[in-house]
Amino acid sequence: MNVVVAMKQIPDLQQIRIRNRQPVLEDVPWTLGAIDKNALEAAVQIKEAQGGKVVLLSAGNEELEDTAKEALAAGADEALLIIDDELDKLGSAEVARILAAAIQRIEKVDLIIFGEGSGDNYSGQVGSRVAEILGLPQLGYASAIEVQEDSLRVSRSLEDGEELVELGLPAVVTVISGINEPRIASVTQILKAGKKPKEILEIGDLGLDLVDICPIKTESNLAPESDRKRVAVKTVDELVAALKGENLIGR
Amino acid sequence: MAGILIYSDKDNLALELLTVARLIADARGLEVKVACINNASQSNLLSAAGVRVYKIENPAVIPADVATVAAALKEASGQLDCSIVLLSSNRRGRELAGRLAQMLGAGCLTDISAVKVEGEQIHCQRNALGGATVATQYIDGDKQVLVIVPRAFTPASAQDGGSIVELAVEVLPSRVKLLEFRAKDSSSVDIEEAPVLVVVGQGLNSQEDLASVESLAKKLGGEVACSKPLATDKKWLPEDRVVGLSGKKCQPDLAVLLGISGQVQFTVGIRDAQVMVAVNSDENAYIHQIADYSMVADLHQVVKELNDALA
Repeated sequence: MNVVVAMKQIPDLQQIRIRNRQPVLEDVPWTLGAIDKNALEAAVQIKEAQGGKVVLLSAGNEELEDTAKEALAAGADEALLIIDDELDKLGSAEVARILAAAIQRIEKVDLIIFGEGSGDNYSGQVGSRVAEILGLPQLGYASAIEVQEDSLRVSRSLEDGEELVELGLPAVVTVISGINEPRIASVTQILKAGKKPKEILEIGDLGLDLVDICPIKTESNLAPESDRKRVAVKTVDELVAALKGENLIGR
Repeated sequence: MAGILIYSDKDNLALELLTVARLIADARGLEVKVACINNASQSNLLSAAGVRVYKIENPAVIPADVATVAAALKEASGQLDCSIVLLSSNRRGRELAGRLAQMLGAGCLTDISAVKVEGEQIHCQRNALGGATVATQYIDGDKQVLVIVPRAFTPASAQDGGSIVELAVEVLPSRVKLLEFRAKDSSSVDIEEAPVLVVVGQGLNSQEDLASVESLAKKLGGEVACSKPLATDKKWLPEDRVVGLSGKKCQPDLAVLLGISGQVQFTVGIRDAQVMVAVNSDENAYIHQIADYSMVADLHQVVKELNDALA
């Protein structure tokens, strides 16, 4: 069973500073999306049970080779990376076309796994778009994946319940963070990660024509204004008095 | 007449979409059209809200397979001359959005919390950088799929002038089979509805301490919610109690945040609360900076004293 897991290179959100409501991204290190790590773990668990391999697929800027090491250490067998500094500027529609074209270069893909949304933009479109481009059935928000002979049984977690769904392979699945707990790579695995096979492409290698896309334009991107009172209270009595003053207790 | 097509499998969300659609339609001189798929009662409800409903009855269109729903909506939008489609940003809607947008060759924005028509552009607000910022974006092109966050707009109320017509669409057979649907226990709590939330984070020592937090929430007239690690890593609370970017976005009158550091992926789910109280023993925790009332103290002690004070 060959599983492709698509992971997004994102800025480390903990390290983004806000200055004059503007996000400051200089010197912020790159990492992989949190839910994408659950997607990788799901892929690795399937490989461990079924055999086959896990191919890491990612598209990002020149730091990507370094960013991707973490995923190779945590169980991906090889990587297909599309490295292009243009990628930071591209939206979900463009990236989906790029990832789909890259997947078509991989031999015998049985399953493609995404996180349900990226850590930064959390748009949740790319998995669905890739499924449509490749003409594959899809299943979003998986909380459990069970592999059958040539099909999958997947639990889909919705706001009002759980669906148990069967779909044929190959397929696209997106997972929620509750599906598993991603493993932490050991030092040996981290050292070996650098030696795993990697293929690196540029967007131009994929022979795509991205002109027919309705692109997303950004007018502004600012931290929300906060007008909190920021009163430091020392005791619970003070807090109770304050909340009574706000008419929030004893209503 | 060219129009805006709206669709949601949930009645209340479809009514919210109608509110947004009218805002855009009025500015653009478009007609609002609603697609209801295999749902007679929703057709009646939306028609009673004064809008033209296109009723699609086709057993091959199944909600569990978004590819079939997307195919039906693609055909509907073509037949009805609608280049803008509005969906709701619940899980079903977001999964559908990408597929439909790809089929239509449309641009797509999800999780939209506010909309403003500026000339030829429809400006949409959504969280970016994990919630650290709010971006104003628009789709540069005619074909647009706009996906609206639940509860950001009031549902449209009843008005005259609605009608229902049948619309035939053809879709390919589904490749996805629904085996079983297990509805959530109806007694399960909806933290988005609660007027007060007591939200616990990783500062909570043990699962046993939840009992006193629960008791405090009841005394304040609210519910217990949590940050993501408490549900996904520790599994002390169910996933539907998670506040944050990939959890619920809540706007309670009062949020009491206990043992929470205040990472943006969390605060994005609670920063619209009316009043925020933060209790964290770490005086440098970011949460103190975005609270109305903040206490540098051990949350367990504060919970005990609050329970006594409110007894």
